[in-house]
This record gives sequence, structure tokens and C-alpha cells, in this order.
Amino acid sequence: MLSYTIRRLLLLIPVFLVVSIVIFLIIHLVPGDPIDNLVRVGSTPEQKAEITARYGLDRPLVEQYLIWLSQLAQGDLGTAIVMRRPVADLIAQNLPYSLTLGGLALLFSTVLGIAAGVIAAMNKEGRIDRTVMTGVLFGSTMPSFWLGLILILVFAVQLRWFPVSGARSWESLVLPVLTIGLGGMALVARVTRIAMLETAGKDFVLLLHAKGLPARRIQLRHVLRHALLPVVTILGLRIGWVLGGAVTVEYVFARPGLGMLLIKALSQHDYPVVQACLLMLAMAVMLGTLLGDLIQAAMDPRVRSALT
Amino acid sequence: MTAPALDHSPGFLAEARRTTLGKVFLSPKGGITGAYLLALVLVALLAPWITPYPYDAQNLPLASQPPSLANWLGTDEFGRDVLSRIMYGARTSLSVSVTAITVSVFIGMCLGAAAAYFGGLLDRFITAVIDLSWSFPELLIALILVAIIGPGLTSTMIAIGVAYLAQFTRLTRAEILALKNETYIEATIGLGASHSHVVFRHLLPNAMAPVIICGMLATGDAIILEATLGFFGLGAQPPVPSWGAMMSSGTAQIFKAPWVIIFPGLVIAITVVAINLFGDALIRALDIKSKIREG
Repeated sequence: MLSYTIRRLLLLIPVFLVVSIVIFLIIHLVPGDPIDNLVRVGSTPEQKAEITARYGLDRPLVEQYLIWLSQLAQGDLGTAIVMRRPVADLIAQNLPYSLTLGGLALLFSTVLGIAAGVIAAMNKEGRIDRTVMTGVLFGSTMPSFWLGLILILVFAVQLRWFPVSGARSWESLVLPVLTIGLGGMALVARVTRIAMLETAGKDFVLLLHAKGLPARRIQLRHVLRHALLPVVTILGLRIGWVLGGAVTVEYVFARPGLGMLLIKALSQHDYPVVQACLLMLAMAVMLGTLLGDLIQAAMDPRVRSALT
Repeated sequence: MTAPALDHSPGFLAEARRTTLGKVFLSPKGGITGAYLLALVLVALLAPWITPYPYDAQNLPLASQPPSLANWLGTDEFGRDVLSRIMYGARTSLSVSVTAITVSVFIGMCLGAAAAYFGGLLDRFITAVIDLSWSFPELLIALILVAIIGPGLTSTMIAIGVAYLAQFTRLTRAEILALKNETYIEATIGLGASHSHVVFRHLLPNAMAPVIICGMLATGDAIILEATLGFFGLGAQPPVPSWGAMMSSGTAQIFKAPWVIIFPGLVIAITVVAINLFGDALIRALDIKSKIREG
């Protein structure tokens, strides 16, 4: 298990390098110059060239990339060109908001998604199964920004239970978490349901039935435990998605966060900020996948023995 | 009709289609959703002739009116009829999503087939790129692409197409890999058939059905993605109505005229649910397993 963990961590390094090159290239293909946002109207080309040189934007791409990478290794993400602050500060300021929102939303969609999947699987092909799965499907087909707006209309404007926007108190978290969580529930519920139905057809379940265990106990104690394996994989994959996919929700609720920072930086062509945001998201995706695999290995002896 | 539905004889898709479509439309799920989708396509096609008002007819004295007999779904901040704009919006939203996904499915099939059939370095390269983009949310890929190309409907289409490419390539590759070792393919190669003959005449037709259904389901997601880009002001530019753009301009008026936002969103949700349920009915009729759902 330990050697597997170490091997997986080492494997992340080449992937990280490739990801960083891709992100770097994408950013430098974006037309529009951050310098245009900096220089005053009517300044001379010399002044512009001086500012360009100060940020190193006049050097060859390979050199710029190597400089960026070596600074990155020292934990220096550079300075935001338009926002004029160290990028690391901006990230540090916004990341906690994203992590809180993403973590709670993931928790919400996991708990409710698994519950919905279990209920549907235990009433396979019946009316409850159909109702639950159609309801869950509806939740995932509403555009998240629209769901957010509707929740604001109902719970913030009409009922005045929660604030419309901002991130000052825990109450301001409720509506954003609901918005993302309801959307993410469908996938978890679907995977849980299918995994449970597949497990229910296995021989050991038949044996449990033959032993005379009550059906409910078999479903919850034995079938669900097996069915959770693919769910864990899916959840690992979702970590990065929850962080990055929260862009619209952060926008609708005017919450600070990585997504908002990215949108703002993209519109201002602030290279260093965009690079850092994408890199953070990519790392979240990679770590999420790794975490999912590790948990799976810890849960399932078969996976573990296949590794050694 | 002696061949069973998933027989690997060439052209089984064309043959099965006649009977499966009947099967789909006769099931309650497929019948209702299919009728809704057909009606929606008709509305989109006929919008210029059947909308109660032109989509850009402003009527400022009647701005932000709630739903009434004259304007069934109310009016927006310029007094434009919301129902007419939703009907016109169907044109934009459907054509953008369907075009983007169709092209994406086609390119994805070619890439996936090439990767699976030729293997080696090409396969590794394509798989690596696909895996990388697979791990990013589609919305982020689309946002970055639109930022590179600039806002508008064309870049929205490109962004959507690229965002979903990974899914189709992956599925085609998996399908072809499974088919490649079938005896009849080995026999065809042994008989001296060319690469293109094997890929286009034998492999792709047999691998196509799941990919096409996957594309159909993705069209639903693409409608949401298009609306989201439109909501950020990056898609259709005013005054052209698209469902997302309507809600974008409606946000400022959300407290005064919530119907401008509520109805387009409802139409999107219903449409995407309809596409999903219709896809389910199709999967059931074609007897393709749940592999499409889990990618």
C-alpha cells in the first residue's frame, strides 16, 4: 500500500510537467495583451516596450516558460499584471472559499446521491425507483445559474431566509451549496443504483438470501458496501469538477473563489493569474483522482493484491 | 428481418432503425418525449412565421409586464414578448448545440477509430490528450476557448465541440478496440482489404450506435453549456435571442420581472430531460447496455 502510494505520487510529476506546458501554451495563445490594460491612452511605444520588458513578456516563449517553472518550484507564482498583487496572495485569499463551497457541495451530493441511489435500487423498476430517478434527473438538467437564480428568488427574496449574495456568514453558503449539490446528485445516484443492481446479482448475495438474512439487511450491510467502490472512483473524479464547475454559481451569488478569480483574470488577460488558477484546478483534479484510487485500494483487498 | 438487433452484419443499423424507431415512439416514455422534441424542432424551424410577435419588436410602454392574455409569458425590460423570444431562442440554442455536437461526434469517431485501429504512438498520444482534457470540466474548457477566440455563436460552437470531443473519442476507441479482434475483422484483413475499407466499412458502422446515442445525450448537456456561455454574455450577441442570453439580460430585472428568467430556464430543463428520457428509450430499444451512461 505504501509503495503503491509513493509510486502514484511520483507518477504525478511527469503529468504535472505536461499539464504545466499545456496551460502555459494555452495562455500565450490568448490574443489581447495585458499591457494594453496597463498603459495609459497616448503613451509612447517606448513606454509600452519598457513595461513589456519589465514583465519579461518580450522574451522567447521557452525562456518565459522555464522562468515561470523555476519560480513555481520556489513557490512563487509571480505577480498579477493587472491586479498588481502577488498571485500567491490572490490564490490564498480565494482558495478557502472555493474549498468550503466545493467540499460542502460534494458532501451534500454524496450523502443525498447515495441515499437516492439506494432507495431506487431497493425498489428496482417500481414506482418509487422511477420517481426518485426522474426527480434526480430533473435536478441535473437545470442550468446551475438558473437554479441559483430561482433559489435566490424563492428563499432570499420571498422568504428572506438566506442572504442574496456575498460570503460573510454561514447562511450565505446554504443556497450555493444547494445549487451545486442538487446538480451533482444525479451522477452519484445513478452510479450507486447501477452498482447496487449489479452486485445484487452476484453469487454471495444469493448465498446470503439462502442463509435467511432479512432482505433489507443484505441490501444495506452487504450490497451497498460493494456498490460503494465505483462511487468512490466517481467522487475522486468529481473533486476537480466541483472546484472548477462552481464558476457559474460563484458568479450568480457574487461569492469570491477560484472560479470568479479565473473569470476576472480571463477578461483582463492577466496571464499569471489565469495560469495559476488553471494550475490549481488541474492539481485539484490530479489529487482528487489519486485520492479516489487510494481510497479504493484501501477499501478493496482485491485492488491491493493486484498492485503488488 | 432475420437478423437480431445486435448482429454484426454490415448495415444492421440502417435495418434496425426502421423497427427501433417504431419501438421507441410506441413506448410511453419515448412517445411523449419524442413528440415534445419534434414539436420543439418544428417551432424552431417555423419561428419566423408562427411567433405572435417579432423577436425584436420593442414596446416600451409595456415593458416588464407579467404574463397576460396578450403576452402569455410576459414581456422583458424592452417590452419584447418573452414567448416569441423563447421560440426564436430555440432556433439559436438547438442549431448551435446540434451542429457543435454533430461535428464533434464525427471528429471524435475518426480520432477514436484511428487511435484504436493503428495503436502505438498515435494511440498513446491521442489517449493522453483525451485523458487530460477529460479531467477538466467542460465549462472551463469552453470558457477558455471562447476567451481565446472571442465571443460569438461560431466560437460557442467550436468551444462546445471541443469540450465534448474527449467523450466521443474515448467511447469510439473503446468500441473499436473491442471489435478489432473479432474473427471477421481478421478475416477481412487477411483477405487483403485496405485500412480504410476495414475502418469505414466494417469497424465504424458496428461501433457507431452507442457513440451516436452518446452524442444525442450530450446534445442536452450542450444546450445547458450554450445557455451558460450565453449567460456570461459570451454566446449569442444582442438582439439575437438565445435561451442563455435572454436570462443574462433578465438577471438585472430579476426582482421586477422574474418571468423573463423563469420561463427560458424551464424550457431548457424540460428539453434536456426530454432528450435524456428519449435517449433512455432509444438505448432500451436498441438493447445497448449502460456503458454509455458511465462513459
